[in-house]
Amino acid sequence: MLDISAWFNDLLAGNTIFTADTLGYYWEGLVTTTQLVFLSLIAGLILAVPLAIMRSSKHKWISLPVYLFTYVFRGTPLLIQLYIIYYGVVFIDGIQETFLWPVLREAFYPALIAFTLNTAAYTTEIFRGAIKATAQGEIEAARAYGMSPRLMMRRIILPSAFRRALPAYGNEVIFMLHASAIASVVTLMDLTGAARFVYARYYAPFEAFLFVAAIYLCLTFAILFFFRYLEKKLLAHLRPQDA
Amino acid sequence: MIDLQGYGPRLIEGAGVTIQLAVLSLILAIILGLLTATAKMSRNWFLRRTATVYTTLIRGVPDLVLMMLLFFGGQIGVNAISDMLYYNYEIDIYINFNAFAAGVLTIGFIFGAYMGETFRGAFMAVDNGQIEAGKAYGMSSSLVFRRIRFPQMMRHALPGLSNNWMVLLKTTALVSVIGLTDMVRVAAEASRATHEPFTFLLPVAVVYLLIASVSEWIFARLQKRYDIGFGGQ
Repeated sequence: MLDISAWFNDLLAGNTIFTADTLGYYWEGLVTTTQLVFLSLIAGLILAVPLAIMRSSKHKWISLPVYLFTYVFRGTPLLIQLYIIYYGVVFIDGIQETFLWPVLREAFYPALIAFTLNTAAYTTEIFRGAIKATAQGEIEAARAYGMSPRLMMRRIILPSAFRRALPAYGNEVIFMLHASAIASVVTLMDLTGAARFVYARYYAPFEAFLFVAAIYLCLTFAILFFFRYLEKKLLAHLRPQDA
Repeated sequence: MIDLQGYGPRLIEGAGVTIQLAVLSLILAIILGLLTATAKMSRNWFLRRTATVYTTLIRGVPDLVLMMLLFFGGQIGVNAISDMLYYNYEIDIYINFNAFAAGVLTIGFIFGAYMGETFRGAFMAVDNGQIEAGKAYGMSSSLVFRRIRFPQMMRHALPGLSNNWMVLLKTTALVSVIGLTDMVRVAAEASRATHEPFTFLLPVAVVYLLIASVSEWIFARLQKRYDIGFGGQ
């Protein structure tokens, strides 16, 4: 059997910065970043669907509050939102006595909340655009079949809107991955946090940050290819036909 | 009125830093973007390749990581160069790595990549017949660029440009992490010192919204200006 650890030590021999120790930090960082991005994207997506439907409502009193939410969250830097939630949570009266405190005290959850709300705002606008772009004929056809507005939303508008939103949503996922780097500002050990730690410990900015940049680059390409694959599968009917 | 507990003047100074940083990086980004777009459309294989590598790399890595690389690596890099100059040529200079300049350079460098894509699309949207007509009038290629390609390109580029500007504006908040005293840093410091985060962070958020709204208005006017001659479409 191949001795993997011996091979690994061989590979790292003579390398003062990238020891098994530091690579461990990067690995932890990768896990934290992935968790943060994945969870906030899922939660943001779940929030965004009803919000996008409300945002495309004809009634002002339904669409306006959602518009205000997306305007504020898209118009201000994510860093400010993170600070407000991270520093603000501590000052909610009586929160330190509630059962939520052990959860909210850690930086992970305020960061998760901030990222979720931010991506929900962007995703809402992406979906709204897609819903608005639904072909009028499809809606008329659904009405002619006697579909109720709910059924029409579920069977006609949303499925085609999701497909149309796919390319823009792929960009949002990449944007979220890159935005998650600011989690390191509130003491979280994500990928960037690990790089900052390694930099501070060895005073080696080029090694520490170029390595993490390469990891981010790989993740970005992975997301890019995943969405290209999805588009190929789900948007097959929109591709130009072979002559 | 909100009691800013003496942080008011520093917050205003910070807002000035934010705006200066944003505008200067925008100018750099536009210049880099035009160069990148030109390189991408050039017949030279090497130029095209370089521009593609630049835009791909920049767009694949988080802004904050690039910023840290330049901020933390910058001083070491500059020191290495001045050491080299001293040992080899006995030239004794000390270059202080300026945080503001580094901020402008990084943000401009990052958004140059995005601008490049915007400008390339816009240049390609200009009708070829227009350029041919310019040449038929005996215009030199620089005159064709100035009088025909650039003004017509801007009409197509403005929506993307405005988008990039909004993102750039929000990206300037990141410099607070690295040590520049922009309004976000002042607000974060004040929040920690006074334990009143909302008093400081919310007004700063409002200032960002204000700047965004004002720029939206400016871009709408610019769009109107560049749409002259295409009215009614």
